[in-house]
Amino acid sequence: MAAYDQSKIRNFCIVAHIDHGKSTLADRIIEKTGLLTSREMQAQVLDNMELERERGITIKAQSVRTVYKARNGEEYIFNLIDTPGHVDFNYEVSRSLAACDGAILVVDAAQGIEAQTLANVYLALDHNLDVFPVINKIDLPSAEPDRVKEEIEDVIGLEAHDAPLISAKNGIGIEEVLEQIVEKIPAPKGNPENPLQALIFDSIYDSYKGVIIFCRIMEGTVKKGTMIRMMATGAKQEVVEVGYFGAGQFIPCEELSAGMVGYITASIKNVKDTAVGDTVTDDRRPCAAPLPGYKKVQSMVYCGMYPADGAKYPDLRDALEKLQLNDASLNYEPETSIALGFGFRCGFLGLLHLEIIQERLEREYNLDLVTTAPGVIYKIYKTNGEVIELTNPSNMPDPSEIEYMEEPIVSAEIMVTSEFIGSIMELCQERRGKYLGMEYIEGSRALLKYELPLNEIIYDFFDALKSRSRGYASFDYDLKGYEQSTLVKLDILINREEVDALSFIVHADSAYERGRKMCEKLKDEIPRHLFEIPIQAAVGGKIIARETVKAMRKDVLAKCYGGDITRKKKLLEKQKEGKKRMRQIGNVEIPQKAFMSVLKLDDRK
Amino acid sequence: MTGNNYKKRPLELYLHIPFCVRKCHYCDFLSGPADASLQEQYMKALLAELSGRSGECREYQVQTVFVGGGTPSVVDAVWMDRIVEEIKRSYDLAEDAEITIEINPGTVDRDKLEIYKRAGINRLSIGLQSAVDEELRRLGRIHTPEQFLRTYQEAAGAGFTNINVDVMSALPGQTPESYRRTLDMLMGLCPRPAHISAYSLIIEEGTPFHDLWEQGKLELPDEDNDRLMYALTGEVLGANGYHRYEISNYALDGYECRHNCGYWQRKEYLGFGIGAASLMKEWRFRNGQDIRKYVDSPLFQREELKQLSLEERMEEFLFLGLRMTKGVSCEAFLKAFGQRITDVYGEVIQRNMRDGLLAFKEGSYHLTDRGMDVSNYVMAQFLLG
Repeated sequence: MAAYDQSKIRNFCIVAHIDHGKSTLADRIIEKTGLLTSREMQAQVLDNMELERERGITIKAQSVRTVYKARNGEEYIFNLIDTPGHVDFNYEVSRSLAACDGAILVVDAAQGIEAQTLANVYLALDHNLDVFPVINKIDLPSAEPDRVKEEIEDVIGLEAHDAPLISAKNGIGIEEVLEQIVEKIPAPKGNPENPLQALIFDSIYDSYKGVIIFCRIMEGTVKKGTMIRMMATGAKQEVVEVGYFGAGQFIPCEELSAGMVGYITASIKNVKDTAVGDTVTDDRRPCAAPLPGYKKVQSMVYCGMYPADGAKYPDLRDALEKLQLNDASLNYEPETSIALGFGFRCGFLGLLHLEIIQERLEREYNLDLVTTAPGVIYKIYKTNGEVIELTNPSNMPDPSEIEYMEEPIVSAEIMVTSEFIGSIMELCQERRGKYLGMEYIEGSRALLKYELPLNEIIYDFFDALKSRSRGYASFDYDLKGYEQSTLVKLDILINREEVDALSFIVHADSAYERGRKMCEKLKDEIPRHLFEIPIQAAVGGKIIARETVKAMRKDVLAKCYGGDITRKKKLLEKQKEGKKRMRQIGNVEIPQKAFMSVLKLDDRK
Repeated sequence: MTGNNYKKRPLELYLHIPFCVRKCHYCDFLSGPADASLQEQYMKALLAELSGRSGECREYQVQTVFVGGGTPSVVDAVWMDRIVEEIKRSYDLAEDAEITIEINPGTVDRDKLEIYKRAGINRLSIGLQSAVDEELRRLGRIHTPEQFLRTYQEAAGAGFTNINVDVMSALPGQTPESYRRTLDMLMGLCPRPAHISAYSLIIEEGTPFHDLWEQGKLELPDEDNDRLMYALTGEVLGANGYHRYEISNYALDGYECRHNCGYWQRKEYLGFGIGAASLMKEWRFRNGQDIRKYVDSPLFQREELKQLSLEERMEEFLFLGLRMTKGVSCEAFLKAFGQRITDVYGEVIQRNMRDGLLAFKEGSYHLTDRGMDVSNYVMAQFLLG
């Protein structure tokens, strides 16, 4: 390790729209600065969760430190902080940005600026980061680097004339990027002699070391033996080890001083104690005030998660417990459903977060899950003055006890090419969007601004957006707040019995449409029984839609397979196996997947 | 090899002939066209397997023989003569044994049928499927309704009195009216066929029909018409003196197919030729499907050997026995397994009786008409796993 010299440190991140090549550029930087030979490089070192690689997105913030010998002959320490790449994780992104002094903006030479590009670059500018652009994928036949440079200057107002033209994939132009990191990103400030003030931008749980805090030291110094305190949560522990981030490994060092990025371990048992955005200080010599910007992470989306096999309930609980060790934004509490038995009401940052947790539970913990329709948190103002936050539709009080209700609203920005403006506006209209305005970005593209109820965008909005714009629209949003709304609970009755796990809350105006679609979808999912099964949607006891699953008329193997009894038996076994995967509601058997398939109701695909 | 005094165990033989002129569009049986030389090699192997296995069957008397396919009638009739000869030579063939061969119109003539008859074959199963030319063509059948009529008359002329005709409903383009024409033609035959097998078309994976169906290009009768045709079968055949004795099989009194009934009653049977299945001493096994290997060493192709557990035997007893209209006998169950049927299946029986799918008569449980319609649903409940 080079001697501590603040002027030779560069703390930065890379911001980009999804798929514009952020992680690939990160890989090239690591490779070129000699930390790993290319043989050792696994593609995209920083995205190290299997799921992250598959989905091509970063879920948890990652960090890596490399040493670069610049053309001026000096050695620089680069701390590259890779930020999560999805709107669900906006708060985490903002904390990662706060740990940096500058950012590289990657823009795709063919696609230009997208909604996320803008959102991320504004976020970076909000944090007073110095941002310089690079134009990636210049080797694509459709690349238009000059047009994109112009766009960056016009739309964002960033100087782009000397932006490096690169291909991260093929290693073109990377040297130039490294030089600009040295030139354009400022060295960190802060005094190592001041009281300790460090920003937590992530933490993970390790079964040997306990919680590993990822932090940026703003002021002061931390080393083994320092008694640290998290200023928001109040947790206190003695430091066991400090160090920095190698590629995929933790490398211990003597101390971390102002301007450095690294990790701290202190035998902390729970990531809840080391919340992202909290300030670490020296308990014996604390700093005057915590760093600004701390927010308690709040779940935005809730759903019920149930083991398909009721006997696996304890396994699901253990798995959630383990995932929570690493993910402070995951909430869960036990609940019971008449239809689904014992399970958990789980809270997530957004739908992607939900899907990731669901997939991890299924893959890493080998659990078969039934998930109920995701919903948001509604505020219910009761006539008796009480205010409740509703996360499970089944708990909605009787309408007579409700004064009024509020639902969460987001400010959304949608970037779209002009030919699709009409169909996207129509979509937003259907989703109860409030049109705020539109800006043209160069001739052919527009940025639409809407306010949308969160519950209208959590299930299938993104899919609908993509399908109605042939994949061209991009989307970003921020929670704006709560607004009063006319909401009702839509119940589904199967064979005249209410199925609690299928109830959801919907705006009164959409109730009929949603109820009708739900019934249609369920009609396709529920197999025929010996008797006719009515499927009804009801609001407040009033039936608003109905479909019927006709009675089974024929289920017979007429054909003679000669003496091949094994084949006959396999057929019957398959039938019996199918029944096992069903949930019995009254005398109706409902396939597990029926509970989830009703989530995607947009029929204009 | 006749004349033993002690009572022998009954045995059925199934011989598989995997050849046909051309494969029909719906067919997923193990069969296909082949040249004369491969046919000859195969028939020789089949004779060798028959002779080679006779040692396993000393304590048995053969009650029925069924030569199925494919289309067994495509091979030279001389082979059938040799086969029956071989069975008579190597096995104890009961004097009143039922010996059936499947034939298709367009592959036999009077001479061939007379050779069968002289060889000792006493039952024919003719694949008609439909009496409507257009329907036959859609199925990819090689014959016309007229060819069927000629074959039928030739068979009767050759002295066959026990003849089955296969028909199918729910065919592409078929209507209740056209299906009735098929049934009417059968009922107008003189002499009347002793036995009718009436199947519904099943779209099996790996067939051209399945591909068409997946592409939405196969126009099948809708549910209402399908049910109308199904009802028509029972109606027309019932009015003409046929009784239903199994889900898809109808016969004049005394002409039930003994061989097939053996399957439903879990009698022992030995399969010869590729793909042929067997049940012997509570083991199920089958020959492999590779014709080249079979031709090289017909005695060494057995695979999927499995000894049936008590539970599996009980399951089979139920899901096979319930195919027959007379159902499963409580006494036979007790005798076979040493337990009362109600001790093992009391709950399932009760539930299905309550649902009107199962009924009790003369010491047996049997499927009701409604139960026959949804027999898979009922039978699946009798699996114990």
